[in-house]
Amino acid sequence: MVSNRESQNPVDLDDLYRDVILDHYRRPRNRGARDDATVSAVGFNPSCGDEIRLSVAILDGAVNGVGFGGNGCSISQSSASMMTEAMSGRSIDSARVMSKHVQQMLTDDSFDLDAVDLGDLEALSGVAKFPVRIKCGLLAWKVLDQVLANASGESISDDSDIPTRVTSG
Amino acid sequence: MTTATPLDTAAIREEFPILSREVHGHPLVYLDNAATTQKPQSVIDALSSYYSTMNANIHRGLHTLAEEATVAYEDVRQQVAAFINAGSHREVVFTRNTTESLNLLAYTLGARLKPGDEIVLTAAEHHSNLVPWQLVTQRTGAKLRFIELNDDQEIDVDTAQAAINSNTRIVSIVHMSNVLGSIAPVAEISEMARAVGATMIVDAAQSAPHIPVDVADLGVDYLAFSAHKMLGPTGVGVLWGRQELLADLDPFLGGGEMISVVTREKSSWAKLPHKFEAGTPNIADVIAFGAALDFLNDVGMDAIAAHDAELTHYAVDRLSHFEGLDIYGPSDPSDRSAVIAFNYRDIHSHDVATILDRGGIAVRAGHHCAQPLMRTLGVPATARASFYLYNERSEVDALVDGLLEAGERFGFER
Repeated sequence: MVSNRESQNPVDLDDLYRDVILDHYRRPRNRGARDDATVSAVGFNPSCGDEIRLSVAILDGAVNGVGFGGNGCSISQSSASMMTEAMSGRSIDSARVMSKHVQQMLTDDSFDLDAVDLGDLEALSGVAKFPVRIKCGLLAWKVLDQVLANASGESISDDSDIPTRVTSG
Repeated sequence: MTTATPLDTAAIREEFPILSREVHGHPLVYLDNAATTQKPQSVIDALSSYYSTMNANIHRGLHTLAEEATVAYEDVRQQVAAFINAGSHREVVFTRNTTESLNLLAYTLGARLKPGDEIVLTAAEHHSNLVPWQLVTQRTGAKLRFIELNDDQEIDVDTAQAAINSNTRIVSIVHMSNVLGSIAPVAEISEMARAVGATMIVDAAQSAPHIPVDVADLGVDYLAFSAHKMLGPTGVGVLWGRQELLADLDPFLGGGEMISVVTREKSSWAKLPHKFEAGTPNIADVIAFGAALDFLNDVGMDAIAAHDAELTHYAVDRLSHFEGLDIYGPSDPSDRSAVIAFNYRDIHSHDVATILDRGGIAVRAGHHCAQPLMRTLGVPATARASFYLYNERSEVDALVDGLLEAGERFGFER
């Protein structure tokens, strides 16, 4: 008994565990808090215990650098690691657009990768085919959304199942 | 009880329709029994037969269907009483699950506590035997104390003695840990509780399915477990309590069925056990639980305990020769049953579970509703394989192969 969706479109573990993802899991980039952080935030996945902490330096309306901490599976940790690289030097507005696109990619397995340039982050596109792992991929981006809103002087309502909060401004 | 002869797992498996299905093109290897067990055809049939032939509300109807349904429901109460060697069927209360049984106790017994009183739990509690008592401390000012694990990650008599004292009013402990698989010395701890005049409660959600549980032998005051972890349907829990203690408790939920006389101003309560069964109960699932108890009795709890212990031994033996694999819980497999929590190299348990699932192997991963225990063990999460009467050695072998595959995917050689 195989679901119709799977028989039409077989899902392979290779779709989830791309080399780029495993590489970021084994050798996380920008791990640790930043001394020059202007905003820090944390998010949890209560159903599985994954945790992501971000410490972000915002300078002149742009992301100067992101450090991350926490623990969790290869998907949550590599998603955070890749995010720290992708955000560095990006304007807040551009960062917000990218966050929106990545979250669309993570949740919709028909997302058109050709329409946007997400670089290495495209390795996360297979996560959408594994519904129970989508939350793992989203965690870092939900925390980032809190950071970016805080940096813009806004507060965003937390309507997802992933509780996040800014820990220092 | 039958004597322990090896189980005919091939014949037992025939009774469980779900075990013949495939997952991702592989035969299902179901190793998540500590979360919930699969159901034999007899339980599925009992559920369907109830709705096809005798569906009615119980205890108050005067017609034939109501009478038949009432008898069938109350017969299961007798069965449960016999299964745990209770003194009377009046001591068996049906709830939704173990969690509700424990909340019933926390709410009613907890109301009697005052500042300075202590509630003793263990370091290995499921959230269901921790959070209700935390709520009690917030309401009453009573304090929680914890029986710590010994060096072999077990609850023992010494660690228990260190936590129980003259301030102890309630001792509520897990019989068999859903993470460590360890079995606590409940009878000895009961004596300690009695010596200081404390009430003794046991969370038997994991033990009742796997080992014979005799409330008289254990010497406890209350015991809670769930039908769905022992071949029965979801939505049925049991609270057993000594008759004189249950009689002395105030009701938990008010409503129909649990009353004797109701006026505008006040009510008097129905006799035990109905005082604690407000509203229409889960009639169909209780009746189907009777079929599950028949199944367990036919196989024999001694035989099931021996099978689970043998399979656990085999699994611990195979896994402990595995490079990079950490097993939690007692080192001697004789001190544990049917649950093995582990971590493999630096691969997170969610990744292990996803990779195993692609091979048709169902395990649990995460904190197992025991976050404080995870902190005590110093890990954020673990994978967990848990066995039952239909599992076979070949399924442990499949688990080992699946772990090797997970290792390969993360860059380790076989």
